[in-house]
Amino acid sequence: MELRDLYDRFRDPAAIKALAKAIAKEAQDLEPFSIMEVCGGHTHTIMKYGLLQLLPKNIFFIHGPGCPVCIMPKERIDHAYILAMQPDTILCTLGDMIKVPGSRGSLQDARSQGADVHFVYSPLDVLKIAKENPDKRVIFFAIGFETTTPMTAALIEQALHYGLENLFFHINHVTVPEVMRELIDSRDEHIDSYNNRIDAFLGPSHVSVIAGSKIYEEFPAKYHRPVVVAGFEPVDVMEGVLMLVRQRKEGRCEVEVQYRRSVTREGNMKAQKLIQKYFQKRELFKWRGLGNIPKSAWRFKPEYADLDAEEVYKEILPIGEIEDHRLCICGDILRGMAKPTECQVFGSACTPSKPLGSCMVSSEGACAAYYKYGNLLEAQ
Amino acid sequence: MCLSIPSQVVSIDREKMTAVVDTLGVKREVGIDFIADEVKVGDFVLIHIGYAMNIIDEEYAKESIKLYQEIIEKMEEEERRTFIDESDNCPGGAGGA
Amino acid sequence: MKQITLAMGNGGVENRELIEKVIFRHLKNSYLERAEDATFLGTPQHLCFTTDSFTVSPLFFPGGDIGKLAVAGSCNDLAMMGAKPRFLSCSFIVEEGFSMRSFELILRSMKKELSINSAHVVTGDTKVVPKGSCDGLYINISAIGERVADVSERYLEPGLLILISGSVAKHGAAIFAAREGIDLESDLKSDCKSVWPVVEEMLSVGGVKAMRDATRGGVAAVLNEWAGASDVGIEIDEAAVPIADNVRGICEILGFEPLVLANEGTFVAAVEPHRVERLLDILRRHDLDAALIGRVTKEYPGRAVLRSEWGTRRFLDMPSGEILPRIC
Repeated sequence: MELRDLYDRFRDPAAIKALAKAIAKEAQDLEPFSIMEVCGGHTHTIMKYGLLQLLPKNIFFIHGPGCPVCIMPKERIDHAYILAMQPDTILCTLGDMIKVPGSRGSLQDARSQGADVHFVYSPLDVLKIAKENPDKRVIFFAIGFETTTPMTAALIEQALHYGLENLFFHINHVTVPEVMRELIDSRDEHIDSYNNRIDAFLGPSHVSVIAGSKIYEEFPAKYHRPVVVAGFEPVDVMEGVLMLVRQRKEGRCEVEVQYRRSVTREGNMKAQKLIQKYFQKRELFKWRGLGNIPKSAWRFKPEYADLDAEEVYKEILPIGEIEDHRLCICGDILRGMAKPTECQVFGSACTPSKPLGSCMVSSEGACAAYYKYGNLLEAQ
Repeated sequence: MCLSIPSQVVSIDREKMTAVVDTLGVKREVGIDFIADEVKVGDFVLIHIGYAMNIIDEEYAKESIKLYQEIIEKMEEEERRTFIDESDNCPGGAGGA
Repeated sequence: MKQITLAMGNGGVENRELIEKVIFRHLKNSYLERAEDATFLGTPQHLCFTTDSFTVSPLFFPGGDIGKLAVAGSCNDLAMMGAKPRFLSCSFIVEEGFSMRSFELILRSMKKELSINSAHVVTGDTKVVPKGSCDGLYINISAIGERVADVSERYLEPGLLILISGSVAKHGAAIFAAREGIDLESDLKSDCKSVWPVVEEMLSVGGVKAMRDATRGGVAAVLNEWAGASDVGIEIDEAAVPIADNVRGICEILGFEPLVLANEGTFVAAVEPHRVERLLDILRRHDLDAALIGRVTKEYPGRAVLRSEWGTRRFLDMPSGEILPRIC
């Protein structure tokens, strides 16, 4: 097998078409059901490859909150802004994060005001920056799901190994099963605009590589929702949907792994251990649009307080909460209760170049994906 | 689910805990902290923000590819049968008995 | 003279020396030799006029440098309007301390590119600014060409076919790879080159209605601008868009869409169907990757649409905002 097979065979048009036919055939007599794809990367694939156009009318997707940039509350973006504006400070973060506006502006805005803001491709770049700027304080604004958390932990390990005294971390890592639970629980109490329920989950690909498929076992067991962990290529997603259709037809409800080439039940134990070494769960963490979700985010263990920017800069980091723009319905979209096109400001006051809410800013956000790829469907 | 890209391991430096990987002709150095014990040159790995997360199971990958081939053939076969049925039932149509 | 000094921008002795001993060594021609405050051009016909400033960083990148880019870029703008490049003005703004050797290498690139276009620099200016005032070197070029064919986006209409002259995103990918902060090893090269030679051949065959080079914003920007300007729809077959493996590699790694990254020597052309075989032949003789990628349609006027291999379609939008890598 060659490397390009790992790309091409999982994007093969013939396979996509055949799987679409198989889904249409096997879902024929089923009651309409909804699948929440938890992860923004899945949303991206579905929209980019037009997979919605290939599914029968009785299967539909509800776009989940799977984007660590999308769910970042404004008040924490403000923390990043404030930290960036400190003298002799370099603030580092990953990609899209620098475009999200808090209440004072985005990190991009801070940069135009003279702040030293770097976006990095890898935490390893942060190590380099810290070593090359011993007279500056380097703060890593760490974001991401289970996929990304171990890399921050590895950076912390390196920082301690090299005895770096000028590197600090603002930890915003969050976890997926807790928010999945929150969505099902809150949805059972509300009637949404389509009378929908989340009937099944398409589990995130790479969160599962790290954490294992074991983290979803409570969903069939306690909530009667099947979970299929699927890869992120279009063939993977289509096969994942087929597997969910079959579970439905056969009256099964379990965790299945479509992405067998990379996901195991246990996941990567080294990565998990590294996370456990430095972090513990927060009691509560606010997810933008969803409110406080218990045990859904990480913070430093108390013995590492010296590295924790939230401790070191306690005096200047505000702890109040900030409301979103009143017309922004990102919260409903993240809950799967509304579609981007139902938002009054979608595409007009809120666009990728001037986003009002996070769903539009990150290329993973439902609104950004719809804006870029999806409006063809609405026009048809 | 976080952009992660399949790449192939070209060389390993266990002291530095890094490997050089190739992604469709672009080479770069990545951290192997999470797979150091098992990784070999030639392995396919998933790279996320500068680190290799896991080693891709080639056997499972090949099984999946084979499965898709079977589904494609099954669907094509069904199409052929439907086409034949339809033209059998079509008065004066091509391919009649 | 190892470095450019402030004195060399003063209009006096040092300035004259810089021009005569360095600049003229590479760019001299009969127009420049006779040049005074302005240059007499004779009576060129059907003029096209364009201007561009070049501030690319890094100044030297795989596949070219700012000098090559400046000449090729300006001459290509003329070529895209069906105009033969003739006369260029060239202004340098140089940072004090800039390496003379680098300056000469850039001049040499410019000379080579000028001869490919059979064009001349006929007037120019050099300013030297204090250290820190500019990023090494900026070049401004204004260029005049003589139109030999009436080519314009006004002529876009349903039924025309869309050709591309080579594979996409090479320049954007090469620049990203060469920038500091991304440690990558690849043989990515910018596609920076002059297109007048291949355009001239195409125009002599006929059937070319509009052309555009896909610079900043890539093919996506061009197609959207065309669709918007002429109120037509444009449909592209995603599978037909040629892309090199290593460019694909970088786009995968950084999460970029190849259709929004810049090209420098790659252009799209809207052509009449009965000429498409011959025109594609000409393009392929210069670049094997040239391909037929789509058509102008009546559907969705003002929009560009991408059609996937399995029949689904989506809008290809104007790129917006700073292009940032997808991380998560």
